[in-house]
Amino acid sequence: MEEVHILLRNKNVEHMIDASVSMKMGGYDGLRNALSMDGAKVIETLKESGLRGRGGAGFPTWLKTKFAYDAPGDSKVVVCNADEGEPGTNKDRVLLSSDPHSIFEGMAIVGKAIGADRGYIYLRAEYSYLFPLLATALKSARNLNVLGNNILGSDFSFDIEVRSGAGAYVCGEETALFESIEGKRGEPRTRPPFPGTYGLFGLPTVLNNVETLANIGPIFSNGIEWFRSIGSENSPGTKLFTVIGNVEKRGVFEFPMGVNLKDIIYEVCGGIAGGKELLAVQTGGSSGAIINPGQIDIPLDIDHVASSGGRLGCGTIFVIDDSNCVLDIVKNTLEFFTNESCGKCIPCREGGVQLLKLITKISQGKGYVRDIDTMIDLSITMRETALCGLGHSTAIPVMTSISNFREIYDKHLDKDYCPKCSPKEETPERGLND
Amino acid sequence: MLHNQYSFTTSPSALVQVAEIASNYKGQQDKLMDVIIAVQKVVPSLAEDVAAVIAREMGLSQNHVYSFVTFYEYLSVKPHGKYTIRMCSSAPCHVRGAKEVMETIIQMLGINIGETTPDDRFTIEVCPCLGICDISPVIMINDEIYGDLNPEKARELIKKYKRENV
Repeated sequence: MEEVHILLRNKNVEHMIDASVSMKMGGYDGLRNALSMDGAKVIETLKESGLRGRGGAGFPTWLKTKFAYDAPGDSKVVVCNADEGEPGTNKDRVLLSSDPHSIFEGMAIVGKAIGADRGYIYLRAEYSYLFPLLATALKSARNLNVLGNNILGSDFSFDIEVRSGAGAYVCGEETALFESIEGKRGEPRTRPPFPGTYGLFGLPTVLNNVETLANIGPIFSNGIEWFRSIGSENSPGTKLFTVIGNVEKRGVFEFPMGVNLKDIIYEVCGGIAGGKELLAVQTGGSSGAIINPGQIDIPLDIDHVASSGGRLGCGTIFVIDDSNCVLDIVKNTLEFFTNESCGKCIPCREGGVQLLKLITKISQGKGYVRDIDTMIDLSITMRETALCGLGHSTAIPVMTSISNFREIYDKHLDKDYCPKCSPKEETPERGLND
Repeated sequence: MLHNQYSFTTSPSALVQVAEIASNYKGQQDKLMDVIIAVQKVVPSLAEDVAAVIAREMGLSQNHVYSFVTFYEYLSVKPHGKYTIRMCSSAPCHVRGAKEVMETIIQMLGINIGETTPDDRFTIEVCPCLGICDISPVIMINDEIYGDLNPEKARELIKKYKRENV
């Protein structure tokens, strides 16, 4: 199965940090075309392309842009969410390091659409080694006047600043990210007002994922027809998939939307590593659905995955082999979510802790059937009442693992021995001698 | 305990450097992260006296600086060792043997997670995904990444860091 490289087209080109190299490869051609359009026309193009957000929710990019376009005010901003915190997701790191100009170009086109003169890239602290690279790339873009004042001789000016995170998963949530850039604790805001009217610094803001932005340049240089010819009807274009866990070949792969999940695991990634059997797959990172081997024959596009109860999310495919236990994975996921909950709203702060207590109890063979009912109850409450996506998505792996792996939960309720979860007799010794 | 750690005394010369960094951003609250990241390179920890200087120079409340620092995992009010070892505990590393790697490192250094060795050389922390899952299990020592680890490789790596300045 051949990959289709649109976003990763320049993966093997050297010196892509240099704007002149990027321009030789067709970089900024899309911006050049967008500069001759007015804001409404840029948004119209985005609408006809059918581009949807690649960060997780799959929201139509044009609509987000239009909210900020329609908002009153002269000062508006574009934000790039490079706080790639979803466990198992590497695609934005690959894009940022292999083709940073494609992201700047996308930001500038969105800036042109809404009349913004500045953009911010919020980069996670774990990618600290990318800061110098981005600084060099930005400088080279300014030197060639594809960023800065009067871009390419037009009356449009736009510049980009990189801001750092400091290790907080919740800052990937848009309003928490704004708070963080403003120099505050990264706690999500209550909505409304929505970012389109009141975002970063209280200004109308469009926030996009790195991968979404990287799609925009090619749309404006190659046209809508071309873009819509790739992928599926409701999710045109390609998608970056980060395949990780117990597969032979791990990494970031680019395929048209609608590619089959089973084919990715077995044909592209060589199947399960070490001759083991497939136990489960989690799509969309830690906040995604955990599905069983009988459910993996599905096309991966935003709507298909959603209609089967999961979510494509950021396109992460986490493959788990049968030396693991689903309850152990859910427990690990809940440890992650309870640690990353910012504590602002009660459903997320308390719900996560209770879910973790319950899964720990069940996994150790001390649970009752009614504990599962409580878990479902808590999950529904979190999904409906938590303030932001973090609380909503904590419920997803819990609910899906219960419905797709009920027999494994039952085994633990029956107190059958589980090599992963059952408490160990001996405690490991610790000392300075190694 | 926590109070004592926050009250760590920073050297006067370091505090002068902190003031120099922070004074460039008076009234610019949105530069607090940049200031703190720069400050962290010149002080052992973001202790009370450091927070007081940042707050004074930037025109913020000390409470704001403290609440900011304690929110983010990469910022610390406690002094760290020369090498901070961040061990990824997320599921993609977990299913490839991260637990065994962590146990090895904990055993070799004889400290618990969140602690610093008595010689101030190592601090160990667990962290969520570092975004380099194609070579999991992964750890990061300061800004260096080490992947595809197993207990033997981890042991060799820590031995190297114990003996040499990397």
